[in-house]
Amino acid sequence: MRDRLSFRHGVHPPERKELTAGAPIRRMPFPEEIVLPLRQHTGKPARLLAKPGDRVERGDKVAESDGFVSVPIHASAAGTVKDIGWWPHPDGSMAEAVRITVDRFSPQIPRPRIIPRWEGLTPDQVVQAVQRAGVVGLGGGAFPTHVKLLPPEGVAVDTLIVNGAECEPYLTTDHRIMVEYPERVHFGIRVMMHTLGVGRAIIGVEKNKPDAIEALRETLPDDLNVGVQGLTVKYPQGYEKMLIEALTGREVPSGKLPMHIGVVVQNVGSIACIAEVFETGLPLIERVVTVTGPGVRRPSNLIVPVGSKLRELLEFCGGLRKDATEIVFGGPMMGASQPDLDAPIIKGTTGVVVLTEKESRRRRTYPCIRCGSCLDACPVFVNPSLLGLLAQAGRFEEMEEANLADCMLCGCCSYVCPSNIPLSQMFALAKAGAKRRKQQAA
Amino acid sequence: MTETGHLGELQLQLRASPHLKAPDSTPRIMWSVVGSLVPVVAAATYYFGPSAPLVVAAATLGALLTERAFGQGGSLGDGSAAITGILLGLTLPPGLPLWMAFLGGAFGIGFGKLVFGGLGQNVFNPALLGRAFLQAAFPVALTTWPATEGGWWQLRGDNLALPFMSPAPVDAVSSATPLGLMKFESTPTDTWPLMLGDTSGSLGETAGLLILVCGGYLALKNYLNWRIPASIFGTVAVLSGLLFLLDSARFPDPLFALFSGGLVLGAVYMATDMVTSPVTHAGAWLFGVGIGALVVAIRTWGGLPEGVMYAILLMNALVPFIDRATQPRVFGTSGPGTGAEAAS
Repeated sequence: MRDRLSFRHGVHPPERKELTAGAPIRRMPFPEEIVLPLRQHTGKPARLLAKPGDRVERGDKVAESDGFVSVPIHASAAGTVKDIGWWPHPDGSMAEAVRITVDRFSPQIPRPRIIPRWEGLTPDQVVQAVQRAGVVGLGGGAFPTHVKLLPPEGVAVDTLIVNGAECEPYLTTDHRIMVEYPERVHFGIRVMMHTLGVGRAIIGVEKNKPDAIEALRETLPDDLNVGVQGLTVKYPQGYEKMLIEALTGREVPSGKLPMHIGVVVQNVGSIACIAEVFETGLPLIERVVTVTGPGVRRPSNLIVPVGSKLRELLEFCGGLRKDATEIVFGGPMMGASQPDLDAPIIKGTTGVVVLTEKESRRRRTYPCIRCGSCLDACPVFVNPSLLGLLAQAGRFEEMEEANLADCMLCGCCSYVCPSNIPLSQMFALAKAGAKRRKQQAA
Repeated sequence: MTETGHLGELQLQLRASPHLKAPDSTPRIMWSVVGSLVPVVAAATYYFGPSAPLVVAAATLGALLTERAFGQGGSLGDGSAAITGILLGLTLPPGLPLWMAFLGGAFGIGFGKLVFGGLGQNVFNPALLGRAFLQAAFPVALTTWPATEGGWWQLRGDNLALPFMSPAPVDAVSSATPLGLMKFESTPTDTWPLMLGDTSGSLGETAGLLILVCGGYLALKNYLNWRIPASIFGTVAVLSGLLFLLDSARFPDPLFALFSGGLVLGAVYMATDMVTSPVTHAGAWLFGVGIGALVVAIRTWGGLPEGVMYAILLMNALVPFIDRATQPRVFGTSGPGTGAEAAS
């Protein structure tokens, strides 16, 4: 029988979660300057509202959502808008950003606001409130959360899945949220179940977090139909498709969304964030970030104002060790290397992992020896070996025929490849090229 | 792909994700295979005396020098040329003139691998191609099996013959291999000497059990696809078992079929060459069944007593088709990946 608690294939990188798994979440002090890029979520970037010289309070909008698949951006600290211009973005490019000089003597109390009572709201009104609060997927994807709360007509959703797998090595962001704020998670689930009109929710947590599973089970309200399910520890267990297969046995058809098989998946951090919207009325202006890795002196779990610079986090965590060579935003399997210590933490930044030469990849590559390791690792059963050969030969159209679109860029193939071929990097480039060709054709 | 930025005193490196890497590497796999062959060469030395390491060394030298001369820079370090040389050496008779072994190694790497574009590009197993070349060029030398009598330290046959001179008349006592005895004289050999290696034959044809142990080690480390030898042995056992049931006087029993000739060496070390075998699991089973069936067919109805080499080379040629036919079902779809056109 198929293992109901997992999926087939995948890899087992060293977890290294012990660095921060027991560290309570601490609040980082407000930095001197906050940088808020307008592009922090998947979809259309936010539309600028603020002007240089504007005085903003904590929680004020500095940019408005531009369309439905877009969210506003709020000031994460009180201060004065200093400048609006190009600034290093965590994805490696430059992006338009609002820079705010933080008022040192401000008590940082948000303006009084009306807290909506969720029971009395229609689904549409909840969706609006969530969009207005700027909530996005906090697991790294940064997809606007409210979009998933409004399934199109004709799509029937029966199950809400809460993603607490946190399969990326090193990260303990979701882990600590589940351990320290289990009630908030349950409250967020209650609001979401109400909005989606579903009767059932499952929280999936990898079994390497027994304290999180226990905390969630102990605090579970009697009237809430929620299951807490331990999952096999394997990367990429936290990918939507893999998680749904493990928890429900359903396969998301190629090219479709989880909605089409009756499932909505939300990250546990986003759920806690929704809970906060309906508890305090505060929008998404801060998030939990794990700062960890062998290259950082005091690995920690922090609540960080969105827009704090990487430099501030590293300084707060005691600085870097001498042998640090690489700083990654997100987990080490999917995250992006940072070239600039001034890059800000954005809504989708799950962690900061500082690696040393010992952990990072070697540079030397060898030819593909057709060992088949990548086929045994690929969770969606494409043929990375073949795709890699096609990419090296520049035959990009044929890559699309070979199911390039089904690749989720999880990096399992690159992780196992004994020849150290940067497979997922080549696939990311090929996907970008395919998108460009499609746009040119249209 | 990799750049280094200077940020104060800090040197930050930019790399593409994933930033972690499993510890296995291509050179590590290849050198592990080389390491696992050391006991096999030692066993050959035990049975055949100093001739064994000399022939293996000559074949390996031919392979390494050719890789060095015509291969891409630094490709000696990946260890694959060394494997080709040692494996070729193990398929040769102990009394072979060393210059022939050297030539076979050079041919195997040059025409078996480098002309295709080097590591990972070749269609046929380079060691077997080298042996096929030698068999075509020097059929007599390749089928002369000196007897194992005489002192251990004595060279078997004419190892030191000069290139292209007519070989000295063989005055050593010659003997037939177990398969030859079976084929041409219908004389079986006892099973235990066969398994342990105390018979006549090529250097690596003899120590079947030891080769199985060494291959088992590689399979445990996942450096060798166990499905290929498993399906080869299974197919050979079943088919030769059927023949044995039909006529036990003419055909050997399955255990003899498994442990005679180059079957164990071929199944464990040659057919499992990653480059020239299928990448899918289903493909590996098919590939092994094909080899097993061809081995039994050639041994039974062919003109030669042994057919492992040709069986593997023939199936090597079919690998692109096998891969194409056995692509796994892509997640969330009803059928296999369609990128098959590109396999060639």
